[in-house]
Amino acid sequence: MNIWLNFLLDSLAFGAVFVYGSTGEILTEKAGHLNLGIPGIMCMGGAGGCLFLSMVGQSSLPPFLIVLVGIFGSLLFSLLCGFIYSTLTITLRANQNVTGLALTTFGVGLARVIVNKLDPVKYLTSTKSLFRWPFADRTDSIQYMGVLFFLAIIIALVSGWVLFRTRIGLHLRAVGENPATADAVGINVTRYKYVATCIGSCIAGLGGLYYIVDYMGSQEAYLSVEALGWLSIALVIFVLWRPHMTILGATVFGVLYSVGSYLTNVSWIKVTMATTPLLKMLPYVVTIIVLIVSSIRNKKENQPPASLGLSYFREER
Amino acid sequence: MSNLARAEGREPLIHLSKRAGISRGKAWSIRIIAVLLGILVCGIAAFLLIEKVQNNPEKIGEFYGTFIKGSFSTSRKFWKFLKNTAVLLCISLALTPAFRMRFWNTGGEGQTLVGVLSAIAVNFYLGGKIPEGILLILMLLAALAAGALWGVIPAIFRAKWGTNETLFTLMMNYIATYLVSYFLVIWVPSGSSTLGKLKNGRLPIIADNENILIVLIVVALTAALYIYLQYTKHGYEISVVGESVRTARYIGINERKVIIRTMILSGMLCGLAGYLIAAGSDQTVTTNSVGGQGFTGIMVAWLGKFNPLAMLLTSALIQLLNQGAMQISKDFGVNSSLTSVIIGIILFFIIGSEFFINYEVHFRGHAKKAARRAIK
Repeated sequence: MNIWLNFLLDSLAFGAVFVYGSTGEILTEKAGHLNLGIPGIMCMGGAGGCLFLSMVGQSSLPPFLIVLVGIFGSLLFSLLCGFIYSTLTITLRANQNVTGLALTTFGVGLARVIVNKLDPVKYLTSTKSLFRWPFADRTDSIQYMGVLFFLAIIIALVSGWVLFRTRIGLHLRAVGENPATADAVGINVTRYKYVATCIGSCIAGLGGLYYIVDYMGSQEAYLSVEALGWLSIALVIFVLWRPHMTILGATVFGVLYSVGSYLTNVSWIKVTMATTPLLKMLPYVVTIIVLIVSSIRNKKENQPPASLGLSYFREER
Repeated sequence: MSNLARAEGREPLIHLSKRAGISRGKAWSIRIIAVLLGILVCGIAAFLLIEKVQNNPEKIGEFYGTFIKGSFSTSRKFWKFLKNTAVLLCISLALTPAFRMRFWNTGGEGQTLVGVLSAIAVNFYLGGKIPEGILLILMLLAALAAGALWGVIPAIFRAKWGTNETLFTLMMNYIATYLVSYFLVIWVPSGSSTLGKLKNGRLPIIADNENILIVLIVVALTAALYIYLQYTKHGYEISVVGESVRTARYIGINERKVIIRTMILSGMLCGLAGYLIAAGSDQTVTTNSVGGQGFTGIMVAWLGKFNPLAMLLTSALIQLLNQGAMQISKDFGVNSSLTSVIIGIILFFIIGSEFFINYEVHFRGHAKKAARRAIK
């Protein structure tokens, strides 16, 4: 296949990790909660999936069931993290930045302790091809377009539709913009916040599983999930809080992330070792530029949710 | 009677109200209970994660003992504890002025890292060519300037256009990280990207101990920052901007000026922490030179209620846990990431305990009792 087309597909597949992370974070942020625990949640989602897969990976269960068990484990662990975060920030009204950072510390650490003990033969070798169904036999980048890749696309599109085209989405956005007003019109603020945060965490957690078992399919992959989590938070700003746009934005981030290694194939561009770090810096620079431009233009629909980062207490005036 | 019944019928199961005030003793006992609960849960985590404890449960006592061993068993470990606490405290102190005006500076990591980077850059290019004293001063100036620059960029945009500072400063961390790996590629021609320890540019050793100077600097800084925040006009302006921007405007404080000035200070102090890392202990730079302390510093500052004196305690607590957990992972043969798990668990409990200090929980029947009391 054409090397550039292959590169583009590869970036798209890699971007699915960010699609998961960012879509999860967008749902959480739309409820008014800045969840800096996403890197930890993604690690834990990956660890949960690997843990469950290591139990069934070499059993005689039908393939789709093994995949489902992996997804279930991932959802379970990330739900647990999401629940810790929601209890602390929603019910106990703790500071969101501090809670999120503590969750990242906890999640990244626990995920490493767990996955480090597992046998990669059990959770990885036998399951990788199952997750890559139906393209497991391909050798080019299409091989990554498996079950979890399509799930990412579907989740992003559905989230975008729910958020901007349904009543539930309207209520959720109202909660994130001004919880007191939402409360006054009879929206159950606490329930919306809890559900959005927990679902968001589950979605983000799947990103960790996809990266470890499917996209990388290597036993060291779990060590680099954290960095992707932070990049996912950056992507939320880049796509201006629109879930369906994450697919495009994630591909751009994927291109920027791995373009360095592809550029060496082009004779007329001279790539030195020093260029790679500068290229990897680009996603963050671009994000900052988007953040600045959107705040200067000050268009209402491009702003962060108005009550992002603030706790809501009904009796407070 | 009908009033009582009505009060009962309307009342939800749990009702929360904000406490008007709480005595210091009560607040601290809530915090201590929280830490104890956290330590208990750490024990449960030890059962789940450490095989040696699983096999012989009586080892759990040893598990707790190792926490203390990690920082106090030898004088070398104790000095390491003091030095690491000092560096962590320095970063937390740096973040405090910004937090006091509700400017969420999540960029301590990056601001410290560029401090390390520029101090090492000066050392790399000038080390050995100029007298050591001048080199150390130039390194300090470079670190302060770089930290201030990293801090003031988001502040300018926040002051001018209200750009979200939490996200902006967060992104600046990663730019700093890749800047470091860029320079490492340039400086190390072999391609290994690890810069060995440089020979020059080391802080003077006082009384045969390389850590004393760092500890003294940070203690002085703590006192100075406490006075700055508590007793000076600048400190007052920071508090007012933090409480209410409208009030600040009304009494004639230029909040843009305060934000920019405070972030220059905050960044500069992060740069100082970077200098302490570069000249005090590491004498080299890696992408992991700061090792997440920029983020831990946020938690330390918050746990200490942004009070420099209380942060002495909280930074020591975090460092105690850190070194204790590292000792545990060594003695019990567990992955070193166990450290983060233990710190995470304790933090959850302390974070949660703040709720019970700020709010009061009433269960159903409270109003009834109150009404009875009123009748009496």
